[in-house]
Amino acid sequence: MPDMPETNTGADASGKIPVTVLTGYLGAGKTTLLNRILSEPHGKKFAVIVNEFGEVGIDNDLVVGADEEVFEMNNGCVCCTVRGDLIRIIDGLMKRKGGFDGIIVETTGLADPAPVAQTFFMDQDVQDRTRLDAVVTVVDAKWLTQRLKDAPEAHNQIAFADVLVLNKTDLVTPEELAEVEAQVRAINPYARLHRTQNAKVAIDDVLGRNAFDLDRIMELEPDFLEEGHHAHHDSDIQSVAVTVDGDVDPDKFLPWLNDYAQREGANLLRSKGILAFRGEPKRFVFQGVHMMLDGDLQRDWRPDEKRTSKIVMIGRDLDREAIEKAFRACAV
Amino acid sequence: MTSAAPNATATGAVTSLLDHVRPLDAGAHVTGAAFAGDMAMLALGDGCVLLCDAAGERRVDAHPGGAVLAAVGAGDQFVTGGDDGRVVATHANGETRTIADEKGRWIDAVAASGGAIAWSCGKQVAARDAKGNVRRMEAPSSVRGIAFAPKGYRLGLAHYNGASLWFPNTDAAPEALFWKGSHLDASFSPDGRFFITSMQENMLHGWRLADKKDMRMSGYPAKPRSLSWSNDGLWMASSGADAAIIWPFEAKDGPMGKAPRECGVRPAKVTRVAFHPRALIIAIGYDDGAVMLVRLTDNSELMARMPAPGGPVTAMAWDAKGKRMVFGTADGAGGLLTLPV
Repeated sequence: MPDMPETNTGADASGKIPVTVLTGYLGAGKTTLLNRILSEPHGKKFAVIVNEFGEVGIDNDLVVGADEEVFEMNNGCVCCTVRGDLIRIIDGLMKRKGGFDGIIVETTGLADPAPVAQTFFMDQDVQDRTRLDAVVTVVDAKWLTQRLKDAPEAHNQIAFADVLVLNKTDLVTPEELAEVEAQVRAINPYARLHRTQNAKVAIDDVLGRNAFDLDRIMELEPDFLEEGHHAHHDSDIQSVAVTVDGDVDPDKFLPWLNDYAQREGANLLRSKGILAFRGEPKRFVFQGVHMMLDGDLQRDWRPDEKRTSKIVMIGRDLDREAIEKAFRACAV
Repeated sequence: MTSAAPNATATGAVTSLLDHVRPLDAGAHVTGAAFAGDMAMLALGDGCVLLCDAAGERRVDAHPGGAVLAAVGAGDQFVTGGDDGRVVATHANGETRTIADEKGRWIDAVAASGGAIAWSCGKQVAARDAKGNVRRMEAPSSVRGIAFAPKGYRLGLAHYNGASLWFPNTDAAPEALFWKGSHLDASFSPDGRFFITSMQENMLHGWRLADKKDMRMSGYPAKPRSLSWSNDGLWMASSGADAAIIWPFEAKDGPMGKAPRECGVRPAKVTRVAFHPRALIIAIGYDDGAVMLVRLTDNSELMARMPAPGGPVTAMAWDAKGKRMVFGTADGAGGLLTLPV
């Protein structure tokens, strides 16, 4: 792959502190992964927001207990739920002298990742000071099949992931592992996937992901996605990816995207895209959670890079044909 | 910024206060300000309290290794709540006293009135009367703002989906005020008729306590996190816009159906407001570091600090007589204004 990870942690050029959200069903190995991250000799200073005190603690880092208080914004949008405690804690952390290289938020096993992710879209103060770097989901290879049957949260946690850590691979046969991987891929083909034992994964594979993983949506071939989609219907979550060879018209695309997210936001879990806008030398990159969207012009298209536009939607009951038709209509 | 030219006109009217501000180097995020007696105090993100008077400045490490998250003046003391779980009173003479230790839980809000002190950590709220008796309660959700009612030993608590009014000395359940959303800062009107909260959704909410009638004060581009009442109690100023937004509370219905006044319009966002304790003058702090005084009667404006490095103004307080005002910023700058006599 041509892309090199840039400076991994620490406030980026915009001065914003990267936040990593660590999620995963009960017993999948979140705390093991968190302790692994913190105990590596990386020389970084993290603020760690956890729900259970006592299991985590490294001298150099600040551990903050949270209450996972989700509330609905009073703006008429039912899916605009945010983590109030997170807003409060980040506000407090920013007052500390010296600051942090990064913030890690560990969610409880039963948590829906949407409110925590949406907090970074909804609160202006949080948005001014931090950016959501990645949602990292730890998956238990042995128990996933069962979880997908009895725990709706497990589906959402996989759907939201930018990075998937498929853990406890030593407890399953190669055939079982392949089956579990296919199940995960059917829900979320775009996340970077790591197979681990004892959550052993390199810190650079988990932290400081940012644009690196968004680029990944460009690399995946539709054939691979289609195959994954058709093979497994265990989950009601599916992904839709549409590519336009060339530029799109921002005056058509942006109103459509906004309108689509408003209409389908409840079913739309995550959306991402990299776009070539007509006459624009820079790439337009967006990310969304339910109805909330955040987009920006980023680096220039490289001379050796083909200008293409691609969007990815992950959600429930998505109308693949309608999305394809609408997006293709934005092509120039 | 200042020049050799006199800053007064021939008639003696002051045209600028820039020469009347003594710069302070706080060295850390200023999280609160107050006068404890005659001593100006700034609470800091490095756990210290900076004491400033005519003799100079000194630093007291009120929360070693921690950060002050909330602070309030209480007579001749400055009460601070830290992320070390402690509530500490710093006296004007620099002595500190631990009021409470909540074992590492963050102190999110503090309030003080006539010797009584209240604080919250998460949902837990504690009230300590002047004799030192502590009563505790659990709010329905995390409390972001606490205010003492002007009369009676009563607290208003801002939390999710509304507020609670609590008499710490009774066993009665707190009175609930409902309004969907996240309520942040809390304030009673000086006559006790209204309870106001700032909200996550860039607005203020108010309740007329006699009948719990709701008031919405909206239209802010940012969260109005700073509230201040005029000395006559007829005006309430708020931050969160490119001017101080000042609501009239004279009428029986308060500001209902009335438009606010806008004072100190500048191309910057107002981050702090503080009414003068004796006159209809308001001090306004902006996110570009500027500080301006505005007289409500004629809208005349005086700059006390020009835009400067050091980040947004994050704390401001007047002394009891209204002769001095202290302020601080997010990146550790600050100043002590002494009004010309």
